[in-house]
Amino acid sequence: MSGVRVLVGTRKGAFILTSDGKREKWNVSGPHFAGWEIYHAKGSTVDPNRVYVSQTSGWFGQVIQRSDDGGKTWFQPGTPPGEEKGPGGTPKGESNKFVYDVSPETGKPLTTHQFYDGTQHPWEFKRVWHLEPSLTEPETVFAGVEDAALFKSKDGGKTWSELSGLRGHGTGPKWQPGAGGMCLHSVILDPSDPKRIYIAISAAGAFRTDDGGATWKPINKGLHSLYIPDPTAEVGHCVHHIAMNPKRPGVLFMQKHWDVMRSDNAGDSWTEVSGNLPTDFGFVIDVHTHQPETVYVVPIKSDGEHFVPDGKLRVYRSKTGGNEWEALTKGLPQENCYVNVLRDAMAVDTLDDCGVYFGTSGGQVYASADGGDSWKAIVHDLPGVLSVEVQTLK
Amino acid sequence: MIRVVLPQHLRTLAHVGSEVQISVAGPVTLRSILDAIEAEYPMLQGTIRDHTTQERRPFLRFFACGEDLSLESPDTPVPPAVVAGAEPFLVIGAIAGG
Repeated sequence: MSGVRVLVGTRKGAFILTSDGKREKWNVSGPHFAGWEIYHAKGSTVDPNRVYVSQTSGWFGQVIQRSDDGGKTWFQPGTPPGEEKGPGGTPKGESNKFVYDVSPETGKPLTTHQFYDGTQHPWEFKRVWHLEPSLTEPETVFAGVEDAALFKSKDGGKTWSELSGLRGHGTGPKWQPGAGGMCLHSVILDPSDPKRIYIAISAAGAFRTDDGGATWKPINKGLHSLYIPDPTAEVGHCVHHIAMNPKRPGVLFMQKHWDVMRSDNAGDSWTEVSGNLPTDFGFVIDVHTHQPETVYVVPIKSDGEHFVPDGKLRVYRSKTGGNEWEALTKGLPQENCYVNVLRDAMAVDTLDDCGVYFGTSGGQVYASADGGDSWKAIVHDLPGVLSVEVQTLK
Repeated sequence: MIRVVLPQHLRTLAHVGSEVQISVAGPVTLRSILDAIEAEYPMLQGTIRDHTTQERRPFLRFFACGEDLSLESPDTPVPPAVVAGAEPFLVIGAIAGG
């Protein structure tokens, strides 16, 4: 029987919410990695039991956790499950080392980027924001990190190497951190072309590689950002998230700092589709699994007030690929609600009807089993939600 | 043996209790203690010192015998009581949680 597994990263641990295909009754497990910030957790589509987690802390730095049994047990890659101890009881685990590649053979020099005050600042690794498992190889996974760079592991997260052509793109000194840091938060793999990857960085913009990560091109034409000196600059845009229906590669949707955008040519150009949204500021954006013109966003009041407008939590859905939006409110609080929904905190499953999930800064995770027509809180009182992903289990 | 007390989250990562004992070859300094900890517990690499710079992570501090050793040179010898195993070397997370 089919079912779903929702992976929730919060400010104080990870939680796993499971249900059958009806998505009415839920089991909650967690907190896993209690006390740590879980920026992201995502499962492999090739091997659904393979789940990668980014565990991070301002005190202790970055740790990668992995499960090979759907989240029942965890280990740091390099430590096989059940073999945590070596001879003499010594733990065998390895930490996870994210070091920018500055080697003359494959790397790029470590340059500077623009800091908040406009001065130049050296690149410094801080954390992993997003883990994107390969669509074909369970041992291969990509990591989008802060300060912005893309790493790749071919051994299940044990060792990582940087795809330095991105960080080494000549525009690096013009990149700058958003309020959350200079993070690479979106990684989209093109199922029709294994060499094509899309990424997005706050605040640099979106980039695309067509050669597996060796070289990258900014894909920000059509973006208009009033908060940077040149509103139509090649880079510097604060892209909050991008989404793509895997059945229709090349059509992308973007929630920018302000503005909801779409591209029909793999990011070569963008047009604004904010339409009748009450505000076009926001973080999340996602696309219906079976209806590639159906898009979801959660408008946020403004960049100065990171909560939903008018005290009402409303998901907005467009069935026309943007411009025409309808508010979805059934089951969502419509008074005295002042939560935010962060950029990686929305996901869709692949069941019929398409399930839609999102988590809030107030610790609620909402689910809709009917494409957004109605919503129900799976959990009410988790720590603030940083990320939501869903696995559809056959 | 050198006694080392780790903060709770690092104990969880390393699958150890409140105090670990490690042997340190040569002069017992901040650096040699941390080298020995990371050799014994590889999963702690990068969690106390930065992977690349080997500098102490900003929100961690080192104490021993009532002294704050956080700002000492990595090659500073630790107090004799730590070398003798009479006192532990403490790795402490900064109080920054509100």
